[in-house]
Amino acid sequence: MAIQDYLRQRYFPHMWCPGCGHGTILNSLLRAIEELEIEKNDLVITSGIGCSARISGYVDFHSLHTMHGRALPCATGVKLSRPHLNVIVPMGDGDALAIGGNHFIHAARRNIDITAIVMNNRIYGMTGGQFSPLSGPGVNATTAPYKTIDNSFDTVKLAIAAGASFVARSTAYHAQESTDILKKAIQHKGFSVVEILSQCPTHYGRKNKEGDAASMLEFHKKNTARIGSKALEKNPDLTPRGIFVDVDTPEYCAEYEKIIAVASKEKM
Amino acid sequence: MKNKIKFIQGNEACVEGALYAGIDFFAGYPITPSTEIMEHLARRLPERGGKFIQMEDEIASMCAIIGASLTGRKSMTATSGPGFSLKQEAIGYACMTEIPCVIANVQRGGPSTGNPTHVSQGDVNQARWGTHGDHSIIALTASNHQDVFAMTVDAFNLAETYRTPVILLLDEAVGHMREKLIVPEEGELEIVDRLRTALGRDVDYHPYLPREDGRLPMSDFGGEHRFNVTGLFHDMWGFPSNNPKVINELLRHLVDKIENNVQAITRYKEHCLDDAEYILVSYGSSARSAIHLAKSRRNRGEKIGVLELQSLWPFPTELVREKCSNAKAVLVVEMNMGQVLAQVKAAVEKPDRVFLANRIDGKLITPSDIKKLLRVIQGRGV
Amino acid sequence: MKRVRIVFSGSGGQGVITAAIILAEAAVIYAGKNAVQSQSYGAAARGGATRSDIIISNNDIHFPGVIQPNVLVCLTQEAYNLYSPIIRPGGTLLTDSRYVKTTRNVDARQTELPMYDTVMEQIGKPIVFNICVLGALIGSTELLRPGALIKAVADRVPKNFLELNTKAFDLGLSLAQDNL
Repeated sequence: MAIQDYLRQRYFPHMWCPGCGHGTILNSLLRAIEELEIEKNDLVITSGIGCSARISGYVDFHSLHTMHGRALPCATGVKLSRPHLNVIVPMGDGDALAIGGNHFIHAARRNIDITAIVMNNRIYGMTGGQFSPLSGPGVNATTAPYKTIDNSFDTVKLAIAAGASFVARSTAYHAQESTDILKKAIQHKGFSVVEILSQCPTHYGRKNKEGDAASMLEFHKKNTARIGSKALEKNPDLTPRGIFVDVDTPEYCAEYEKIIAVASKEKM
Repeated sequence: MKNKIKFIQGNEACVEGALYAGIDFFAGYPITPSTEIMEHLARRLPERGGKFIQMEDEIASMCAIIGASLTGRKSMTATSGPGFSLKQEAIGYACMTEIPCVIANVQRGGPSTGNPTHVSQGDVNQARWGTHGDHSIIALTASNHQDVFAMTVDAFNLAETYRTPVILLLDEAVGHMREKLIVPEEGELEIVDRLRTALGRDVDYHPYLPREDGRLPMSDFGGEHRFNVTGLFHDMWGFPSNNPKVINELLRHLVDKIENNVQAITRYKEHCLDDAEYILVSYGSSARSAIHLAKSRRNRGEKIGVLELQSLWPFPTELVREKCSNAKAVLVVEMNMGQVLAQVKAAVEKPDRVFLANRIDGKLITPSDIKKLLRVIQGRGV
Repeated sequence: MKRVRIVFSGSGGQGVITAAIILAEAAVIYAGKNAVQSQSYGAAARGGATRSDIIISNNDIHFPGVIQPNVLVCLTQEAYNLYSPIIRPGGTLLTDSRYVKTTRNVDARQTELPMYDTVMEQIGKPIVFNICVLGALIGSTELLRPGALIKAVADRVPKNFLELNTKAFDLGLSLAQDNL
């Protein structure tokens, strides 16, 4: 199938700004789905609120556009009810880790078989450029006119600490790498977290003098390096990319089936 | 027959009702005084292949039942006080997206942490207006375990019939008290199952296109039809829209589907009401005291009756007006500052003859509390 | 049977609530009566004063609280001091002689029995104290047949503890009957 076959044309044009990284990430995601040959009817996209969350409407899968931060618990209800479905949850950085932070760590702790994509552009784009929990200190934002003093989360470390059994990072610049990682994440049985650094030229780039979309993409390229690469060894300040964790641990829905087996036996 | 008679808490009666109604999925978070509902379902649901999940918070619990219900599972959560406040955002989402679900709120004293282990009926208005924006809602209540059972079954039935969240407004006294429940035989009470679309695979299904009778058949999310669900105003395909016509029609639909069916939704009981000169309007555990008083005064020849409301929202205005039309006075017996009182005053012809018999100190209102006020109204002194 | 209003009181950990539930359950399940049981919740259930109200009747029971009990069981001095004034004139007041020193100024039939000491002497396990109290209550009031109570106990305790509980119940029953 072609990429267009996965899109709901009637939804277009999309609402993302020119140069936004989210379209590239959508592209990487759809290619991963295409290469995995997942039936459209076997795939659920659940999202919250924000620029990233609009993905759910654009794709021709089962799509559930929920509330700000609440995509994961809604997805948990869907997944536990119908464990055979592939459930993918694209989220923004604020959506996933500020208002949805509690849901994020607990979904990871349960290791429920959901693929969470954190599309990290370090800003609240839809509301017009407020800093997010991934902005980090020293950033200009409409709610930080004197620059931010808030530290940021490290999504990867947070996900690992919370118990996610697959944790990876890539960027919108590394579209092919993102596809490869997403394929593995979707196939992984358990809670997978893929952080993909995205760019928001409109609200982050302009305010922080990072230039246009192209130069922001350049930034993704220059400031990251693959795990195990010489570049990272030489310069540990670079942001590492790749798969950090990929382990087999008991998955929530499968474990619950065992509860059902025990409970229904006890009743008999 | 023997194991059909149970001596249990009201919260367990709610569980029995939910199981009878065909609950498949429960998500919750521990909170007094509703916790027993989730404790019992944690054991009972997997026995029959259902799913139970303890979520990280109240919000997540509400979200999880929304997700589960959408896939075709009869779903429920239970909470109290602060938890009910936290669930309001997602209750609004369920209203907007028309996802059937049941929220049991075993009321305790508030605001805030309030009085977790003591009785109150302070959430009546929150049940109606807790979530933001115009909408309508169904809220049921019950005063004894047999009715808790029946109203729980009804809550599931109404949720499916009107594709809407239904609030089961119980209270601490009924929830924690133990009394007899006779579990009805299978088939004794009506069970409404989900109205599913007859459209086959690969046929365009419109999740928000009403049939001629106004009902919207559902298709199990994740099944044969792919569609979009959003909390934004949306068209018949479920696609976001800010077309004024679409917004206007959807909002009216959300309100009308409930407000135009008040009669069908209304549940109530009469106790000695026929020739009553003094009418006690009550609900939930307060109604027990009202009925107690009415029966004991009847034995002394006083014409007192009780109109026990079992559906609070949509408020049965016409019913209250009709039943109270010949009353010399109406006493609304409730454990709050007059939340149902305001509705009754608005309903009757002589609002100045409507009085509040309330108690708000965490103690169950007693028959003598009501009697004291009644004597004053009857002009028989304090 | 006329309506009987019972208050069980004591302190958390004595099994006051469990005894109240078993009594009411026996009335409903094994004696075909109506009953309601309610209790105080919160810190009281974890070591402070505990109270449980029971009403047993052949008719419908609406208001579930007990304002003036016909039967009052007090298992601590604190409970006795607090609740003995509310007993209905002519009612039955059952106390444990180890825990409660009665002042005998109550207009009721006061039954003081060495339930705790007897349980410790003959069984040695304080956990069945509350079942002994139930035995004594049935022995002194004839609220229900002992058989109905034993069946309700059997529903609640693990099989291998049933004998122990039955023994405790019988101890209470004979303590009360000897006292009559």
